[in-house]
Amino acid sequence: MHDLYRLIDADPEFHALQRARSRFSWGLLACVFVAFYSFLSVIAFAPTWFSRPLNAHTMVTTGIAAGVAVILFSVVLTAWYVWRANREFDVRNQVLLARLKQRATTR
Amino acid sequence: MRPRASLLAAGLLLPTAAHAADGAVNKLAVAMFLGFVGITLAITFWAARRTRTTHDFYAAGGRITGFQNGLAIAGDFMSAATFLGISALMFEHGFDGLIYAVGGVAGWPLVLFLLAERLKNLGKYTFADAVSLRLQAKPIRSLAATGSLCAVVLYLIGQMVGAGKLVEVLFHLDYDYAVCVIGGLMVFYVSFGGMIATTWVQIIKASLLLAGGSLLAFLVYRHFNYSFDAILRGAVANHPRGIELLEPGHLVRDPVSAISLGTTLLLGTAGLPHILMRFFTVADAPAARRSVLFATGFIGYFYLLIFVLGFGAVALVTHDGGYFDPKTNVMIGGTNMAAIHLAHAIGGDAFLGFMSAVCFATILAVVSGLTLSGASAISHDLYANVFNPHATEQEVVRISKITALVLGVIAVSLGLVFEHQNVAYMVQLAFAIGASVNFPLLFLSMYWRDLTTWGALLGGIMGLTTAVGGIILGPTVWVEVLHHAAPIFPYKYPTLFALAASFSGSLVGSLLDRSPQASAERAAFAAQFVRSQTGLGAEAASVH
Repeated sequence: MHDLYRLIDADPEFHALQRARSRFSWGLLACVFVAFYSFLSVIAFAPTWFSRPLNAHTMVTTGIAAGVAVILFSVVLTAWYVWRANREFDVRNQVLLARLKQRATTR
Repeated sequence: MRPRASLLAAGLLLPTAAHAADGAVNKLAVAMFLGFVGITLAITFWAARRTRTTHDFYAAGGRITGFQNGLAIAGDFMSAATFLGISALMFEHGFDGLIYAVGGVAGWPLVLFLLAERLKNLGKYTFADAVSLRLQAKPIRSLAATGSLCAVVLYLIGQMVGAGKLVEVLFHLDYDYAVCVIGGLMVFYVSFGGMIATTWVQIIKASLLLAGGSLLAFLVYRHFNYSFDAILRGAVANHPRGIELLEPGHLVRDPVSAISLGTTLLLGTAGLPHILMRFFTVADAPAARRSVLFATGFIGYFYLLIFVLGFGAVALVTHDGGYFDPKTNVMIGGTNMAAIHLAHAIGGDAFLGFMSAVCFATILAVVSGLTLSGASAISHDLYANVFNPHATEQEVVRISKITALVLGVIAVSLGLVFEHQNVAYMVQLAFAIGASVNFPLLFLSMYWRDLTTWGALLGGIMGLTTAVGGIILGPTVWVEVLHHAAPIFPYKYPTLFALAASFSGSLVGSLLDRSPQASAERAAFAAQFVRSQTGLGAEAASVH
């Protein structure tokens, strides 16, 4: 393995950053899975739930509302991920790389 | 999926279409279409002069911005299958068509959270680059290229047939000529302009489609006094099954089908080679991430419009409007034309021409992206990395251009052969292969240290055979196409089973692999992991 790779792999901050990032992305992914597979499960196992109108004055069913909700939810989670990655993960990654690159050259 | 699709051709053979009862060609559509072709040809010439290296040819020199790439990805994803296909599914099956829209969007966060950044950090031009980084290049690239080509060709057939039908209805051009014109244009864009031209064609098309779709949805809304409720009332009143239109269970009748279809849509996006390839056109991982954000925004917005368009079509594309053949009661051009007829119902001939030209541009752009992706699977993955590792850049690009031509010929011939075939299941098969072959391969190579070459091969082959076998022996091909009495494989959507086969094959194959090579591959994971997380070493890979 390349020297710098070894340095990074041995660095606690790298592992802290990587753990934070992976907790965040797996957490968000779990949310998408729960939302989407709940939507599917209703269609698969209890389709009549989705044919009910939202209220007595409308034709809009819970199914249509749920579909719109899953789409909006997906877009919002995507935006949240990008927002946090831009603000936090990129900065930490740059600092980490700069520090270790310097250490690799001064050794 | 649509039993009536075989009647599509019958409807088209009638010399008069509803909106061209005088037999006249829609002049606005022709003008817009020629304008689009003119602009894209100009872009291709401009791009050709800027394409000097293989890096320019396959990845537009990595100079595309996140916003541009997001628009281009949306362009790649919002194919005619989306706009025409989902509205058609809603027209026939009502609510169940929405599963396609919801699944199509939900696949994007998955691409972002799991793949986009790591893929950009590990790969160069194709997703096979990332997979073969620590595994044996020759067998793994051969597998990845096979998965890519299967998906690309199946997707191409669907688009070709759709485009041929559209041109036939609109310009009264023979189906055969129409398919040849599309094939010729796509080969030209790709072989001369490479990724730069393909990207800009994609961006223009995505903008046109977003604008056209928004305008159409707005006009439908205005027609119903800005009330979604009124659209639904109109749709229910006009649909033969009435209120059942809003109830699930017409397209997917059993739980396994519902879950399997959903999984196909959710994971398929992450395994489509022409989409994955787009992440190499930007400079770095943050730009790849921004691409997905913009793409998801555009795609989510467009799919919400389809809620309006689908139900709007049911409400407005009526029998007394002349959109159905009076003798057979089949929609003229097949239900795939529901959205096009809606444009006519709401905005007359002029708007019909506009929307048709937009759809045509859509198909042209998507087939170009697919062709480039197929060409890179052969030239970059197979030729340059398996058969002739000493090939020069010029040779590799030349092979790409030849491959683009060959793919064009294949697409045109298959487009002609499958003219009377239901196209929706082919696009679904492309997604099924993406979800059950390409996605597990890419995912495991990046996330599972113990994956070895043997495991990847075993899993890939098992996934591919199960997916293709399940489709051929399933109800769509075995019964509807080959006219057997009962399907051998009972489900329409094989993804759930193919995915299980693929993952279990990889798991078992890798865990049983005790060779020294396997140990070396496991040991190489640490360096690959550091690179995938930090982007270190990725810069060197993207500068040729």
